[in-house]
Amino acid sequence: MKLPISWLKDFIDLDGLTVEDVARKLTLAGMEVDEIHYVGLAMPDYSKGEKHEFKTTGISWQPDKLVVAEICEVMPHPNADRLTLCDLYDGTEQHTVLTGAPNIFHLKGIGKLEKPLKVAWAKEGTTLYDGHAEGLVLTTLKRTKIRGVESYSMVCSEKELGISEEHDGIILLADDAPTGMSLVDYMGDAVLDISILPNMARNANVIGLARELSAMTGRPLKKPTIQYATSGESIEGKVSIEITEPEMNPRFVLGLICNVEIKPSPYQIQRRLRLAGVRPINNIVDATNYAMLELGEPLHAFDYDVLTQRAGGRNVKIITRTAADGEKLTTLDGNTRTLTASNVLVCDEKGSLSLAGVMGGAESEVAPTSVNILLEGAAWNFINIRRTAKQHNLPSEASFRFSRGVHPTLAEMGVRRGLQLMAEWSGGAVAPGLVDNYPLPPKDVVVEVTPKEVKRLLGIQLSAKEIAELLGHLEFECSIDGETVTVKTPPHRLDIGEGVVGVADVLEEVARSYGYDRIPETRISDPLPPQIGNPVHEWEEHLRDLLVSLGIQEVVTYRMTSPEREGRLVSFDEYTRIANPITPERTTLRRSLVASVLEIAEKNARAESLSLFEIGPVFEPRKNDPSTGSGQALPNEPRKLALVMTGRRLASAWDVKDSPAMDFFDLKGRIELMLAGLRFTDIAYAPAALSAAEGPSYLHPGKVAEVKVNGQTVGVFGELHPLVKEKYEVGDQPVLVADFDLDALRAASPAYGIVPVPEFPPVFEDIAVIVDESVPAARVEELIKQTGGKSVSAVSLFDVYRDEKIGAGKKSLAYNLTYQSDKTMTDAEAAAIRNKIVKRLAQEVDAKLRS
Amino acid sequence: MQDKLNAIEKAALESLESVKDQAALDAWRVAHVGRSSPLMQVFSELGKLSKEERPVVGQAANKVKVALEAALAERTEAVKAAALAKSLEEEQLDVTLPGRTVNVGRLHPSTQQLRRVLDILADMGFQVYTSPEVESDEINFQMLNFPPHHPAREMQDSFYVEAGDPSTGSGQDGDNPILMRTHTSPGQIRAMREFVAMNPSDPPAIRIALPGMCYRYEQVTTRSEMQFNQVEGLVVGKGITFADLKGTIADFARRMFGQDVRTRFRASYFPFTEPSAEVDVECFVCGGKGCQVCKNSGWLEILGCGMVHPVVLQNGGYDPKVYSGFAWGMGPERQLMLRYKINDIRYFWGNDTRFLSQF
Repeated sequence: MKLPISWLKDFIDLDGLTVEDVARKLTLAGMEVDEIHYVGLAMPDYSKGEKHEFKTTGISWQPDKLVVAEICEVMPHPNADRLTLCDLYDGTEQHTVLTGAPNIFHLKGIGKLEKPLKVAWAKEGTTLYDGHAEGLVLTTLKRTKIRGVESYSMVCSEKELGISEEHDGIILLADDAPTGMSLVDYMGDAVLDISILPNMARNANVIGLARELSAMTGRPLKKPTIQYATSGESIEGKVSIEITEPEMNPRFVLGLICNVEIKPSPYQIQRRLRLAGVRPINNIVDATNYAMLELGEPLHAFDYDVLTQRAGGRNVKIITRTAADGEKLTTLDGNTRTLTASNVLVCDEKGSLSLAGVMGGAESEVAPTSVNILLEGAAWNFINIRRTAKQHNLPSEASFRFSRGVHPTLAEMGVRRGLQLMAEWSGGAVAPGLVDNYPLPPKDVVVEVTPKEVKRLLGIQLSAKEIAELLGHLEFECSIDGETVTVKTPPHRLDIGEGVVGVADVLEEVARSYGYDRIPETRISDPLPPQIGNPVHEWEEHLRDLLVSLGIQEVVTYRMTSPEREGRLVSFDEYTRIANPITPERTTLRRSLVASVLEIAEKNARAESLSLFEIGPVFEPRKNDPSTGSGQALPNEPRKLALVMTGRRLASAWDVKDSPAMDFFDLKGRIELMLAGLRFTDIAYAPAALSAAEGPSYLHPGKVAEVKVNGQTVGVFGELHPLVKEKYEVGDQPVLVADFDLDALRAASPAYGIVPVPEFPPVFEDIAVIVDESVPAARVEELIKQTGGKSVSAVSLFDVYRDEKIGAGKKSLAYNLTYQSDKTMTDAEAAAIRNKIVKRLAQEVDAKLRS
Repeated sequence: MQDKLNAIEKAALESLESVKDQAALDAWRVAHVGRSSPLMQVFSELGKLSKEERPVVGQAANKVKVALEAALAERTEAVKAAALAKSLEEEQLDVTLPGRTVNVGRLHPSTQQLRRVLDILADMGFQVYTSPEVESDEINFQMLNFPPHHPAREMQDSFYVEAGDPSTGSGQDGDNPILMRTHTSPGQIRAMREFVAMNPSDPPAIRIALPGMCYRYEQVTTRSEMQFNQVEGLVVGKGITFADLKGTIADFARRMFGQDVRTRFRASYFPFTEPSAEVDVECFVCGGKGCQVCKNSGWLEILGCGMVHPVVLQNGGYDPKVYSGFAWGMGPERQLMLRYKINDIRYFWGNDTRFLSQF
């Protein structure tokens, strides 16, 4: 909401407060000022290093340069047909001012004006906006000659003064504008752009904001006195109202004003409306908008004569009802809208007139020729209005307010204020009385609060009297009985609940009025709760650290993907699908974490080497469980770890040329280190089954392994299948990927202990055996360990060798063995163990000792 | 004889003068103190001398031998020292050549920031609680005091999930559709219910941190994302006040943003807290003087907070007449953007290693 300070001053005395003071107070109380736009008033000077507090825009008017002046005569320019020369009086002397303003052109050459025109006059040296420039460009008025006539001053348009974009003519002020007065004193302003929170719709108007300031400053709220003369026949009996659904329309009020003269509103009204962001139309429409901005009640003006005509000369009957499905209405923006049964309409006996609370209809709107005006103020169901405004995509000042809740009390107040303004600005005569149908008044909520509750929840000690005073400023009616304050909700707000909710609602008002800044900062005195930790989270964080220590970069990717994106790698029968995807690229929740990380590898393909991991959930849809009665089941969110490695093993450098590409064993080494870091000891790697059902068919069938810990499969890794790799733009090098089920891995986490460092020196020995290619290295190692028992403390494969001398289909495996005993081992003892091992290997895998 | 020995010594020492390296030293040793050297010749021929001459010549020869060996030792040291000096002089590296590196892994910046927040909260007694990312409307909204069609829902436009099994007909139009959680607050309800289950007759106090990914129906632009992390703190107990909320958050902000940083509590609105507040910290980029990051306001909006709404306490199983609590939530990515002046939020899930490697 845009709030001109001058308007605010109608309802509260702001003497001694700067514009920034007002903005700060409102901001702290929940009416956040996003921007201060100066339109004349002096802007704060930040040149001395003071702190900025708000985003500030706009222009200040120099008090000595811009003044109210009067044009006494409009004369032709001797050398230019489209320009005029004005004889202008600034209160002390006469000036000749040159202008091209079309809105005084018709006065050219008619001699001295009967009634001088009041204008905003800028003297030589004034800084203002260039009216002819695109956008807002500051310029300074200089003495010059235009078509042979000297010019040193100017009469201003709204654009030049920063009031609006309007540059079609000069501003014509009200006749009573005091000639010679500094313009900033006459109409200098500043506009606060305020965000209205969903629970503060009551403050989306000038009086609401003034009331809040009154509560914060203790200054009185000057409510408008709504009084006007009436004449002619009463409206009662002429017009009737039928409300078919009070839940949708708790109140409907009508007033009548006759014989209006439709014309522009007074300049100051137009200026205020413009500053508030509303385009002035004519005095009648402006009156409805002005009253709405001031009080918060949206009004609607009908051409009464159109309604009478539609009624065939009989009494006008207004009916509010829900629309028939498919019913049509042409709204005053010219669009024909197809309605649904949830939309509420204002109708007469002939048909629909307007979309209730949202937008008027075209047929009965006020026209330049209208004479008699029927003015509507009503209350609507805010949820219904919200849905209708959304359904028809019609955000308007009215629907903004009605969709957040407007108290029915304001319907009558709004109509009377509207009639008063129309009478003032149009010369019309207000008919006596109002027609008021009020079938469903809201319940007046009463809440009880005590100093004890205030202390318990806010932590401040206030007496019952102090509580009542704080609430009183916001127009709550309070009565005190001992330690209990009984609080009655004022008739402009619908946001106070009942029971414990009401207490919280009222305490919030106490806290805001007291000032959040005055509430002390304390440390919690309540004892610490039971400390239970989060083992899952802690374990995952440890795993993250481990992976990072292995030189792998963490990534975090979008959870939303599409079957097509994932389908490059793997397809699933079922997905958790987004009902309202924002882009066709992201329509389902991911099922494969590897697919997400591969996309990142692809995006970073220019990198020489990539090692990436992500830890996070995938989403497995579940069938609905009718037994729970709640319909849909939430998907499972199993935790996964995905690893992707590709590129050079070592970064290229001045002494590293053409480092080989990483392969299966680079990834396997990382996995071994990771599992060791997680303290697993019972680890097995086995070739993975590759049918689609059992294993990932996206991996190379010869370069894939399953990882088992404690005999249970926890993950799979390998090199990307060449056909799958083709679908990714990742370069020529092998792409290694791993997919771990973290829930299974975590569940298998072992308890672990530390073994003592041996006291006696170990004996080292190398042994090389020749076996068939088909014998896995792991089997040979297993046999060595089994046979050596605890005497062999370490076995490490240091060479795999093949050549003709060994024989086709054979390989040589060379191991470092470490013998260890609880005493110093002799060479003879070591040799005995070694012979046992060689014999066992010969028996089991037909191994021959290589000499 | 003495003359002969003098001549041997003189010749040997003169010859040693020109010895410059180990090879020459070895050759000199053979030539002058070796078995067949003239000096050793003298020793081997001692037997041929008279009984009187023998000790005299023997002593004199020995003296020469000692002198030559000492000279050799001295010369050896000198040669070594010269060789070392030479090699030190020659082994000059270009120290400006790049060093050898290893591949470095890093945590994603969001993880790093989440940890900073969670570490501080852990010090303050807040334990991590996690909950599902796909939620029911009931727990994400209704239990948190967002009734259906409430205007506050406009603040949190949602991604809905299609019914898992269309045959049952329960879809997003039902009264409890499934959606991507819009905030971590549904975890408040889940946590409260779990804690109540521990001791239904006297539910324990709660002090937890709720981190995790959240989703809003928003176009991805430089300033807005469809997915973002959130961390929330939740306190429930007997006698928790708004003053405690202010104190706890001010403590947290000082740990997070610096001991001298000022905080400001502005009234605000969230359906699940009341009273609610938005907390600004003094801009840590300009120190409050006004800059681009704080849009010249001097303040940065850093978190939202409030006293847990009585309806939410009730829905969690805590009697609002006995218990009270507060909660606050913040965004790690937003904090990083402010701290490092990151002007494009898409960097986070873009995962360009040129971005990630800067953290």
